[in-house]
Amino acid sequence: MNTPLHKLTVKEAIGFCQKGGAQELVHALTERAQKLNPLVNAFLRFSASDINLPLTAERLPLAGVPVSIKDNICIDGREVTCASKILAKHVPPYNATVIEKLKSAGATLFGQCNMDEFAFGSSCETSAFGPCKNPWDLTRVPGGSSGGSAASVAADMTLAALGSDTGGSIRQPAALCGVVGVKPTYGRVSRYGLIAFGSSFDQIGPITKTVEDAAILLNVLSGHDPKDSTSASQSVPDFTQALKRDVKGLKIGLPKEYFIEGIDPQIEKSVREAAEIYKKLGAEIKTISLSHTEHSVAVYYIVAVAEASSNLGRFDGVEYGLRVPTKDLREMYFETRDQGFGQEAKRRILLGTFVLSAGYYEAYYLKGQKVRTLIRQDFEKAFKEVDVILSPTSPTAAFKIGEKSADPIAMYLSDIFTIPANLAGIPAMSVPCGFTSGGLPIGLQLMARPFDESTMLRAAYAFEQETGIYKKKPKLD
Amino acid sequence: MEINIDRVAELARLNLKAEEKKKLEKDLGAILDYVKKLDKLDTSKVEPTSHVLNMENVFRPDEAKSSDAASKALEHAPQTEGSFFKVPKIVQR
Repeated sequence: MNTPLHKLTVKEAIGFCQKGGAQELVHALTERAQKLNPLVNAFLRFSASDINLPLTAERLPLAGVPVSIKDNICIDGREVTCASKILAKHVPPYNATVIEKLKSAGATLFGQCNMDEFAFGSSCETSAFGPCKNPWDLTRVPGGSSGGSAASVAADMTLAALGSDTGGSIRQPAALCGVVGVKPTYGRVSRYGLIAFGSSFDQIGPITKTVEDAAILLNVLSGHDPKDSTSASQSVPDFTQALKRDVKGLKIGLPKEYFIEGIDPQIEKSVREAAEIYKKLGAEIKTISLSHTEHSVAVYYIVAVAEASSNLGRFDGVEYGLRVPTKDLREMYFETRDQGFGQEAKRRILLGTFVLSAGYYEAYYLKGQKVRTLIRQDFEKAFKEVDVILSPTSPTAAFKIGEKSADPIAMYLSDIFTIPANLAGIPAMSVPCGFTSGGLPIGLQLMARPFDESTMLRAAYAFEQETGIYKKKPKLD
Repeated sequence: MEINIDRVAELARLNLKAEEKKKLEKDLGAILDYVKKLDKLDTSKVEPTSHVLNMENVFRPDEAKSSDAASKALEHAPQTEGSFFKVPKIVQR
C-alpha cells in the first residue's frame, strides 16, 4: 500500500473497500479529521460512531466508502442544525431521499459539514458555530454556503461530500477550495429531506476530488422520487459512461457578459487558457451573449429571499429546535426567532417578507419572476448554438475572512456567475483550472442543457485529464 | 429606498434589538436600491417564471403507509403532552 488512505479518490476507495478495507479507511479519515478539523472547522460533528456498515456493504456499489453530508440534509436519528442556533439539538425523524440512496449503495455517512446559516452566504462565515477556513490558506474563506463540504474534501478529511446549491453554494466553494462540484439540473436529484431555502432553486449535488467521482455519486443520487413533487421523471443515464477524453466537434460558448470589470485578471486569463486547451483538443469555441446576466443577482435576491422567508416561517419554536420560554404564544414566536436566527438570516427573512408584502409584490416579486424568464430565454437561445457554456465559477479567488462580511451586496456579487444556472434550472459544475500567483485555486464553470449532465461531465473530464490540475493539494501536514 | 422596518419585522414575526435595527434598515434599503435596476427592463409582455420544469398538478395515489415519524417527532419537540405539541397560552385572561 503506497498511497496514504486519505488521498484515495472514491473510485480508488471502492476497490480498496471491496477487499474489506472500509473500517481501516474510516479510521484513517477519523484520525486525520481529529488532527485537522480544529484548524479548518469543516465538520460540525464527526465521530468514530459514524462507522455504521451493513455487513454486505462491500458487495454494494459504494462498498462502504465514506461520504460527508452538508448539515442541512436530514439523517434519521442524527442532529441536524443548518449551522443555526434555531435548530440546535434538532433530531430529524426520517432520512432525506439522498441519504436513503447513499445507504442503499453502501456508503458510510462520515461527518456533517459546516455551512453558512441556512445556506445564506458565500463564505461560510454566517455559521452559528464559527467560520470554516480554506485549507489552501487558513486566513481565507472556503466559499459558501457548502464551505465545510468543499473544505473537508480539499483537506482530504473525507473522500467526497454532499452539498446543496441555491445560487452557487456547491460550485463557488468547490472553486475556492480547488475541488469538483456539480449542481445537477433542477429536478434531477430529490430535495426530500433537504431543509428548504429557495424551493424553486435548491439542488443537492456532489463535491469530489475528481470528475469521475462526481459521476459515480450522481449515478447514486439521481432519479425520480415520489416524495418530491418537483423531482423529474427523466431517465437517468450511467454518467460514468460519459467520461471520455473526447471533445472533438463539441461546440463551446464563452459568454461575453461573464468577462466584465471586477473580475480578477488572473481568473479571466486562466479561463481563457482553458478555452484554448479545448480548442487544441478539437472543440469549437464561440463567443456568445447572455444579455440579461447583469440582472441575475437582483432577480435572485428578490425571488430566492421571498421563497426563503416563506420556508423559514416554520421555525417558530412550536415543533422542533429552539424555544424561548415566554408567557404567551405570540411572544414565543418573536423571541424564539430573534434569538435563534443570525444577522444574515434575519436580513433575508425581512427582505423576503418585504418583497411579498401588500403593495410591493408586483414591483418586486412579480418583476423578479419576469426577468427570470428573460434569463431562461437567454440560455435557451444560447443552447441552440452551443453544447456547453464555459465561464469563471467565481469572479475572485478565496477572499480574506471578514473582507466582505460587512457589505451584503459585495458578498452577493460573488455569486454573479453561478446564480444564472439556478435561475434557469440548468446543470452546472466547477472544475479546478489553475492557481493565482498567490497559490489560490481557480475554478472553471461548465453549464449545459437541462438534463444533459453527461455532455457537461465529458467536457469537464477531458479538461481535467488533459491538465492534471486536480492533483495539486494544499499543504496542511 | 426607505422601508418601515418595524412593520416588516412585525410581519416576519421577528423581534429586533435596537442596535441591529439601524444596520438592517440600512442594508435593506441598499439592497432594494440595487434590485431597482430591474425597472430599466421592459417586461410588459413577459410571462413570470415561478418554476423551471413547467410541470403542473403532480398527483400520486393516496395510500396509507406505516411510519413512526410522528412519535419520533414528538420525542424531540420542545414541549409535549400526550400526542400533542404543547405551547404557552394563546389568549391571556
